[in-house]
Amino acid sequence: MANAGRLQSEVIAFLLMACALIVAPMFAYPVFLMKALCFALFACAFNLLIGYVGLLSFGHALFFGWASYVCAHAAKVWGFSPELAIASGTVAAAGLGTIVGALAIRRQGIYFAMITLALAQMMYFFAIQAPFTHGEDGIQAVPRGTLFGFIDLADQTNMYITVLVIFLGCFLLIYRIINSPFGEVLKAIRENETRAISLGYRTERFKLLAFVLSATFAGVAGSTKALVFQLASLTDVDWPMSGEVILMTLVGGLGTLFGPVVGAFFIVTLENYLTTMGQWVFVVQGMIFVVCVLLFRRGIVGELAQRLRIKL
Amino acid sequence: MFEWFGISSQALFGQLLIGLINGSFYALLSLGLAVIFGMLNIINFTHGAQYMLGAFTAFFLLQYAGIGYWWAIVIAPLVVGITGIIIERLFLQWLYKLDHLYGLLLTFGLALIFEGTFRNFFGSSGLPYTVPPALQGGQNLGFMFLPNYRAWVVVFSLAVCLTTWFVIERTKLGSYLRAATENPTLVRAFGINVPRMITLTYGFGVALAALAGVMAAPIYNVSPQMGANLIIVVFAVVVIGGMGSIMGAIVTGFGLGIIEGLTKVFFPEASNTVIFIIMAIVLLIRPAGLFGRGA
Repeated sequence: MANAGRLQSEVIAFLLMACALIVAPMFAYPVFLMKALCFALFACAFNLLIGYVGLLSFGHALFFGWASYVCAHAAKVWGFSPELAIASGTVAAAGLGTIVGALAIRRQGIYFAMITLALAQMMYFFAIQAPFTHGEDGIQAVPRGTLFGFIDLADQTNMYITVLVIFLGCFLLIYRIINSPFGEVLKAIRENETRAISLGYRTERFKLLAFVLSATFAGVAGSTKALVFQLASLTDVDWPMSGEVILMTLVGGLGTLFGPVVGAFFIVTLENYLTTMGQWVFVVQGMIFVVCVLLFRRGIVGELAQRLRIKL
Repeated sequence: MFEWFGISSQALFGQLLIGLINGSFYALLSLGLAVIFGMLNIINFTHGAQYMLGAFTAFFLLQYAGIGYWWAIVIAPLVVGITGIIIERLFLQWLYKLDHLYGLLLTFGLALIFEGTFRNFFGSSGLPYTVPPALQGGQNLGFMFLPNYRAWVVVFSLAVCLTTWFVIERTKLGSYLRAATENPTLVRAFGINVPRMITLTYGFGVALAALAGVMAAPIYNVSPQMGANLIIVVFAVVVIGGMGSIMGAIVTGFGLGIIEGLTKVFFPEASNTVIFIIMAIVLLIRPAGLFGRGA
C-alpha cells in the first residue's frame, strides 16, 4: 500500500512537470527554458552518482564540456546531422567516463572528489591547448541542422520540443535505472559498501557502470546545450561548472528524483537576474552553498517531500 | 654557463629552481591540508583562497600601512589564522558528525565567497609586490644566476616544513595531536581539551597557507585567483602522497615541484598536466598513494 502511494506521488509529479514544461514557452523565453532543461538533465546525471551511489564527483564539467565540444565539432566541421552530432558527443562522454571512472573508483570518499577534480582540470588544460577547440573563442556558429532530415531546428519551437523530448526521455530512463535491481544494488553500496561486498556483489563494477551512465547523461546534456546555443566554450569544461552542478543538485535535494530539476531551474533563474552583477554571482553561489550545508541539507524537494510525507 | 643536450645550464637550473619554489608551496599547502584533515576530517577547499588572503594581507600592509615584508610574514599568517579560527567556530564545528562531503562543499562555498569578493574589487590582473631590499640581487654560481629572494623562499619553507614535522612527530604537543587524531574520545577522557585543539589546528593549517601566500607575493604578483588553480594541483599532490604522513606530504610536494620544473625544460606542452598524469599512474600502481595507509 505504501509502495503504491509512493509510486503515485512520483507519477503525478512527473505528469505535472511534463505539462508545466509543455505550456512554459507561452510564459518564458524558449532559450532560457532550453538552457534550464539542459542543466536540469546535467544535474539529474550528477545526482545519479551522488544521490544513489554516494559518490561526489567534482569533475562533471569534464563530460558536459567535452561532449559539447565533440558535438559542436561534429555538427560544424564534419557536417553531421543533429541526431548524429548529439550521439557523437554522448559517446565521447561515455568513453571519457569509462577512463576517469576506472581511475577514480580506486579511492573512496574525499579522495574520489579530489581525483575527479584533478582529472577534469587536466582535460581543461587539454581543451586550452587542443587546436580544434579554438581556445578562448570556443567553437562558434554551430549549425543546428535538420533533425532526421525533415525537422528544421533553426526554428525555435522545433528546437524546444526536441530538447523537451530529450530531457523527458532521459529523465524516465534515469528513473528506470534507479528503480531497477541494478539501482537497488547501487543504493546498497551507498548505505554500506562492505556489506554489499559480503553479499557477493562486485561493487567496483557497479560503481564504474553507474559512473559511466552518469557521464553519458551529462554528455547528452552537454551536446544538446551546444546545439541550443550553437556554441561550445571553455566555460563548460572549467571547474566552476562542476561546482555549479553540485550546487543545483544540493539546492534541489541530493538523492531526490525531482530535486536536480528544481535546483537547476532555481539556479539558472537566479543567474539570469544576477547577470549584471559580475563577480558577485560567485559570492551569491558561495553563500547558497554555506546556507544549504549548514541549515538546509535536504534541499527544496527533500524538504517538501518530508513535509508532505511523500516520495519525490 | 654550459650546455647539456642542447639546453643551457641557465635554462635547466632556472626551471629546476622554479620547480623547487613551486614545490615549496605544494609542500606547505599539502602539509596544512593533511594536518587539518587529520584532526577535522574535512578537506579544506578554502585553502587556496586563504593562500590568496595571505598574499593580499601582505599587499595591504605595505600599501596602506607601510609595513614591509618582514613584519608581513609574521602578521599575515596570524591574521588569516584568526579568521580561520572564526570560520571553524562559526561553520565547521557543526559538520564533524556529518559525511566528509559536506565539509568539502562548505569550504568550497567559502572559497567562492572570498575569491568572488576580491575579484570584484581587484579584477583579475595581478598587483605587484616588491622583493624586500635585503633580498634583492642574486649570486652568480657559474652554472646559473640565483636570485637571493628565490633561494630564501626554498630555504625558509623547507625550514618551516621540517619544524612542523618535528613538532608533530617529536614533541609532547605533537603526541597529543596524533593521539587526538586516532581517538578523540579517549584523549578527552584524559582531560585534554580536544575541541580547542581542533580549532587551533585549523588556525595553524590555514596560517601555513597564508605564509605560503606571503612568500609567493613577490614572485607571482598578488591576484584574486592565484589560489584557485593552485589548490587543484595541491589536491593531486595530496592524492599522490596520501595524507597519512607529514614527511610524505613534504617529500611529495618538493619532488613533484622538481618534476614539473624539469618537464618545463624538456617537454613544455605537458608542464601543466604532468602532475595529473603522475596522479593517474600512481592510482593505477598504488591506489593508496605513495605514503598512504589504505584508502
